[in-house]
Amino acid sequence: MANEAVKYVWEGAIPLQINLHKSEVASHPAPPPALVLAPRIGYLPLLIPLIKPYFKDSLPPGEDSIWFDYKGVPLKWYIPTGVLFDLLCAEPERPWNLTIHFRGYPTNILIPCEGEDSVKWNFVNSLKEAQYIINGNCKNVMNMSQSDQEDLWTSVMNGDLDAYTRLSPKLKMATIEDEFSRKASLSSPQSRQGVTETDGAGQNKTARIPVRLYVRSINQNFENLEDVPEMDTWDDISYLNRPVEFLREEGKCFTLRNAIESLLPEFIGDRAQTSGEERSKDGGTEEAEAEGLPEMGEIKLARIQGIEMKLEIPFSWVVNNLMNPEFYLHISVLVKAPQR
Amino acid sequence: MNSAGAVSDGRLTAEDFSVAARAFADKWKTHNQSFPPWSWVPLINRTLLLSNQQAEGYLSLEKSIILSSLEESPEDESLHLATECSEKEESVDHAILVQNQENEAHYYDFHLVYSASYKVPVLYFRGYCSDGQPLSLDVIKKDLPSCSVSLLAESKWTFITQEEHPYLNRPWFKLHPCGTEDWIKLLSQSSISAGCQMPVELYLVSWFSVVGQVVGLRIPLEMLN
Repeated sequence: MANEAVKYVWEGAIPLQINLHKSEVASHPAPPPALVLAPRIGYLPLLIPLIKPYFKDSLPPGEDSIWFDYKGVPLKWYIPTGVLFDLLCAEPERPWNLTIHFRGYPTNILIPCEGEDSVKWNFVNSLKEAQYIINGNCKNVMNMSQSDQEDLWTSVMNGDLDAYTRLSPKLKMATIEDEFSRKASLSSPQSRQGVTETDGAGQNKTARIPVRLYVRSINQNFENLEDVPEMDTWDDISYLNRPVEFLREEGKCFTLRNAIESLLPEFIGDRAQTSGEERSKDGGTEEAEAEGLPEMGEIKLARIQGIEMKLEIPFSWVVNNLMNPEFYLHISVLVKAPQR
Repeated sequence: MNSAGAVSDGRLTAEDFSVAARAFADKWKTHNQSFPPWSWVPLINRTLLLSNQQAEGYLSLEKSIILSSLEESPEDESLHLATECSEKEESVDHAILVQNQENEAHYYDFHLVYSASYKVPVLYFRGYCSDGQPLSLDVIKKDLPSCSVSLLAESKWTFITQEEHPYLNRPWFKLHPCGTEDWIKLLSQSSISAGCQMPVELYLVSWFSVVGQVVGLRIPLEMLN
C-alpha cells in the first residue's frame, strides 16, 4: 500500500568499504576490507554481525567495543547511516570508506553502545519524541503492546516496509495534508487521526513536524562540492533537534525553504537565495556588494535521503515521503555563513 | 497556556523558559547562598550565529562538589553542603569542599536546558574527577539519594539515561522529560495562585523543587514564594 517514494527511501542503501584500523591488525597479511551494503534508514551497529566475521581472526586479544570513524571523525551510531553519509561526504564517495575499531572506544565523545538493544532504545525514544511533537502526547507508543513494539522495530531492522506499513497505523500519528500533498500519506486512510486543532475542512491549520537539522557552515565561497573542506570534528556541525511549525495559509504553499528558514532565521530575507536561481535575474552578489550591503548567508544545499532538494518543494510532500521510520525528518544543510 | 505570564498546561514556550530561568537564577542567588550561582549560557554557536530574537540559552551550574549521603541518616538525603570558611577570600572558585566516601572529590555540572519537543525544561548532568575523567553511572549512583537509585534500578531505559548533550557534542546524563507536564500541572493546581495557573517566574522553581531532589539538590522553601 505504500507509495513509490517511500519504497525508494526504504530501499536506499550505501555501499561501505570497511577497513580494520591498522593499530588493531594482529594478523599477517592484514585482512582485506569488508564490503557491506548499508540501509540508509538503518544504523551502523546493526551491521556488526555482518562485518565482524571479516576481522575476527585478525584482532588482538581482549574485549570488543566497536566503533567506526570516517577520516578520523568518530561516527555517532545513533544517527541513521544515510544521514551520516549525506552530512560527512559533501561530494558522495562510493564506496564509502570507513574504519572500524574493536578497541579504544572514545567514551568522552560517543555514548556507549551495547549492541542492538541500545539502537532499539534510541529508535523507540526518538519515536516517542516524534509522536509527542505530532500528537501532543506519546500515549500511543506507550500503550503499544510489547510484541507490537518488537515487531515494529524488527520491521525497521530488516527493512521490511510491508510489515512496517501494517504496524505503523497502530501509532495513530496525525498526518499533515494540504492541497500539495494529497496523494502522499504514509498511513492508510482508515487509520488517519486528526489532532485537536482542525478547521472546518478537517485539515490541520498548524502542526508541529519533528525535524533534525544538521548544518554545516562554510565561510568561503565554493562552486563545487569537492572544494568543501573536510569536516574534522562534530563541532563543525550545528545540530538542531527542533520541531518545525507547519503553517497553512490559504493559497500559499509552505515550502521546504520556509521550513528550513523557520529554524535558521538568519537566512531569511529577500536576498537569501540558492546559488544560480536569482543571480541570473538581477546580477546577484556583485550588485549587492556595490551597494555596500553585507553579504547574506546562503543555503547552498539541502539533502534528504541522499536527494539534493529543490527548496521550493511543498514541505508537506517532503514530510510525508522522506521521513525516517521514527517519524523524524533528517535534513543535512550546507550553508555559506553570513559575512559580518 | 492562556494569559501572558502564566502557565496552565504544564508546558512552556522558549520565551517563557528564558524568563523563568532568569527568575530562578535570581531567587537562587538570594536564598541559596551556600551554593554557587547559576549562570545563563546564551546559544551562540561556533558555526552558526543563532539570532537573539529568542535569547535562547540554558542555565549552568558547574563544578559543584557533591557529598554522597552517609549511612547514618537515610531519611535526610539531601546533599550535605557546608560553606568552606576560607581565609583566602580572593579565591574565585566557589567550590564547596566536602569529601565523599572514597576521599576523592567528585565534581558535577548541571545544565537546565529547554526541550523544544516536549516544551519543558530538562536536567542534564555529568560527574567527573579532578583530572577531568568522566564518572560512570555506577559511580554517580553512589552519590545519588537512595530513592533515585531504586527508581533507576526499576527502569533502565526511561529514567536517567546517557545521551548526547543537545549543544555540546558530548555524552551527558539526562533526566527524562516524559511526564513532566503532568506533575507540573498537579503542582499548579495546588499552588496558591489563582485557579490552576502558575506564574512563569515560578515555573523553574517549582520544577526544580521536584527534579533537583533526584540529584540530591534541595532548594530552600523561601524560593517558592
